[in-house]
Formats: sequence, structure tokens, C-alpha cells
Amino acid sequence: MTLLSFDWALVIEKLILIVIIVLTTLLITLYTTFGERKVAAILQDRPGPNRAGPFGLLQPLADGLKLIMKEEIIPTSASKWLFILGPGLAMTASLMTSAVIPWGTDVHLFGRTIALQVADINIGILYIFAVVSMGVYGIMIGGWASNNKFSLMSALRAASQAISYEIAMGLALIALLMTTGSLSLKTIVADQAAGNWWNVVYQPLGFIIFFICAMAECNRTPFDLPEAENELNFGYHQEYSSMKLGFYLFAEYVNMIMSSAIMASMYFGGYDLPFFDETTVAPNIAAMIGVGTLLIKIVLFVFLFMWIRWTIPRFRYDQLMNLGWKTMIPLALFNMLLTGALILAKL
Amino acid sequence: MQTLTNKALAVQRQPMTFWERLYLINIIKGMMITFSHMFKKQPTIRYPEQKREFSPVFRGLHVLNRDEEGRERCTACGLCAVACPAEAITMEAAERMEGEENIYREEKYAAKYEINMLRCIFCGLCEEACPKDAIYLSETFAPANYTRKGFIYDKNDLLIPNPLTNAADYAKAKGVQA
Repeated sequence: MTLLSFDWALVIEKLILIVIIVLTTLLITLYTTFGERKVAAILQDRPGPNRAGPFGLLQPLADGLKLIMKEEIIPTSASKWLFILGPGLAMTASLMTSAVIPWGTDVHLFGRTIALQVADINIGILYIFAVVSMGVYGIMIGGWASNNKFSLMSALRAASQAISYEIAMGLALIALLMTTGSLSLKTIVADQAAGNWWNVVYQPLGFIIFFICAMAECNRTPFDLPEAENELNFGYHQEYSSMKLGFYLFAEYVNMIMSSAIMASMYFGGYDLPFFDETTVAPNIAAMIGVGTLLIKIVLFVFLFMWIRWTIPRFRYDQLMNLGWKTMIPLALFNMLLTGALILAKL
Repeated sequence: MQTLTNKALAVQRQPMTFWERLYLINIIKGMMITFSHMFKKQPTIRYPEQKREFSPVFRGLHVLNRDEEGRERCTACGLCAVACPAEAITMEAAERMEGEENIYREEKYAAKYEINMLRCIFCGLCEEACPKDAIYLSETFAPANYTRKGFIYDKNDLLIPNPLTNAADYAKAKGVQA
């Protein structure tokens, strides 16, 4: 049976890669929650968490332990299966994005060439869109299954916000695709790493639009209406407790890391370290440098997210919709036209 | 219109310009402000390790004083209890016996001396009323307790350590005020 003979080493290699990526993402997420609290504290002239362990470094573990030890409550009027499915879906969808992100150049190990990317699919960006849109189902299902007015309202808000901002996000990306000519993230990053300018130079407006929309997709603060504490009592995760709540909270941070990774890959050269010739060092070391560079870029973006969160207050709902439909979409369309015109003029 | 003060400002009702409506510039300005706070000095006092200094006129927990030879100064005259507006002080007097001259300075002493810290308002009138300099307010405050009973401080809690046998604790309890 030749049909069934496949490269088992490839399967194992990909499985190991997936496990490593998921575990590191979760670990980084844990410390992102810590970083969030520290950044908030420092921006507000406070020391922040500093009791658990040296510099408070064990704080995220204490937080996680606390969440696990809490009582698990499922409201009697809630739809039980959907209630459990919601946080799982939110977490899965946010982790699935990591599949198409190229984490570095190829590594040569045991006589094999291992790509540091789980799946190099030629429609990587479409895949990201599909998965990100699925993320809102986690919130919607959770909000609906809670059988609570506030949760339902927040789920509706989340859905309409995600739909509104995905349009502008997609339009901003179309302009990017016009310049790169590829939907595969690997090709996009490789083009930028091959000595060209980073895409942000060609698409500054597109980047700003994409960044704002990514913030809205992650439900981060100027756009955190689905979990508006003071009007919706924490919104869709109001009825959740224990680790299910933890999943929702972690999913938000995983989303943040993933959109940072996507932005870094698409607009800021991914694993490309500027002014450094990767061919001068051994390929494995070059790959590791690439991974480190991408991680640093992710951390910088995550810091930017936090910095914005602790600077700007939340939008009002009509302001959110006005910004999305009346500003972002026309701007994205204009950006698209401009890019098209420039490409035509150059030809 | 005649304004009451010169601080009155006319409200700007002009529609926002394009750059104002874009918000981006003002958001970046705001982000610069928050960023500058990263380098500011934190006013935080990390409490159990660091403590804020009390002012020299702070009136804290009471101390029953001893004289230089380690004898209790209090003669149970009751003036502090009379002066106390919160009626927090109760005491019982007793007569000094033969051989107790090195414990009590006068012929009468307080066998029981209690202050209810939940009633006390830390006004310091007991300190002012005392003719023997036997009670004064120190620079600490009453720590938390699990029961109401725990806030009734008796002589063991209030009496300053003996300067002859326990000089270090005495100096610490005495503070800078007395």
C-alpha cells in the first residue's frame, strides 16, 4: 500500500514542534499576565506584584494555583455542554493560530531539515482569518450558555465588534497581499528576510489599521466592551469560575501573543534580525537567532498592547461602531486603492 | 456675562478638526505621558519592611513609665481615669508592702491598670493629667487582634521594660518622645 506509507518521522517532528509551541505559548502567557500587572503598576508609579518569589516572579504560578483551587460552579439554568465548550473553544481557537506562524529558518538535526513552522500552507493568511473568526464563537457560546442578560449582551457586543473590525482588517491585509503577492506567511517572511525592506515601510497605513483591528479582535482595552466591568459586570465570563474563567482570561493573552506574532511576521520581518547577515553563522544558530528575534518582536508588541491599555480609556459603543465602519473601512479601502495605483504606476 | 472669578473659561464648541478627529496624535501624546511615568520615583512604602516615620507629635499606644531605678511611677491616683473623655481607663489601687520599695516608687500603686484600646481616642489627656509622669503616649499603634477582649490592655502590656534589667528594650519602648 503506497498510499498509506507516509513519513512517520515528519509526523513525529511536527508533533514535537506542536507540543513545544503550545507549551512555550502557555508559559509565555502565564508571564504575560504577570507582565501586564507589572506594566500597569510601573505606568501608575506603583511597584506591582513583588511578594511571591524574587521580584514576584512566582506570582503567575500562585494565580494559576488559585484559579485551579477555586470552586467550579455551573449555574443550574446554564446550558451545561455549551457552558463547558465555550472556554475550551476560545482557548483552542487562539492556540490554533500558531500553526502557520514561521518561527525561524530551517533547522538541520539528525540529517533532517526541520522547518520551524507547523504547517506551511499556501493560504496561511486565510487560515488565520478563519481561526480568528472562530475565536468569537468561544465568547458567543459562553455568553449565551450562561443564561444571563449581561453575558448575552456582552456576547452580542463581541460578535458585532469582531465582524465590524474583521472587514477593515481583511481590507488592510488585501493591500499587503497586493505588494507581497503571496498568501503564505513563510513566503512573506522570507521575502522580508531576504534583504528587502520590511513590509511596514510599504504599508504604514495598512499596519496602523491592522494593529487597531487586531486590538479590537483581542478585546483589548480601548475596545474591551465585551467585558466592560462597570456596565456589564465582566460580561461573557461573569458566570464562570475556577479554571474555566482562567481559560477565558488566558485565551485573551494567547490571542494577544498570536496577533503580535502575526503582526511581527507580516509587517516587521518575522524572524529577520535587521543589519545581520544570517549566512555568516551556522544555519542552526541562525535559526535560533531568528526565533529569539521573533520572540523579542512579540514581546515588544505585547508591551505596546499593554501600554495602550493603560493609557486610553474604553470607547463608548457608538464610538466603537463609528470608528469601525466610518473610519477604518474607508481608510482601508483608500489604502487598497493607493497601493493598487502605486503598483500600477511602478509597472 | 459678568463672571464671579477670573478663572471662568468659555467652552469650546467648535467642531473638531480632521487631526483631532483622528485621535491618533492625541493618543500618542497620552502614551508619551504614561511612558514618562515609567521613570518616575514610586511613592510606595513597602510596608512590613519599610515604615513611614510618625511625626514627633504622634500620639500612639500608652506606656506606663518607670523611673531611673526601675520603679513604677504610677500611684493609682485616678486622675488619668477622670481626665479620660472616653472612659477607657480603669484601675485598682493597692498599698505598698514592706520590701516592695524597689518595685513601686510611692506608697500606693496600681494593682490593676487597664486601658480599653477600642474606647481610647488617643487624645493624650491622661498624659497631661498625670502628676507623676507615669503615663505617656508612645509612637506605635495598637496592632490588630482577633477578639474584643484582646484590645483591653493590662499592666503587662502597658508597662515599660525595666531599665536596669532590660535596658535595650527600655530604650526602644521609650522612643524619642519621653
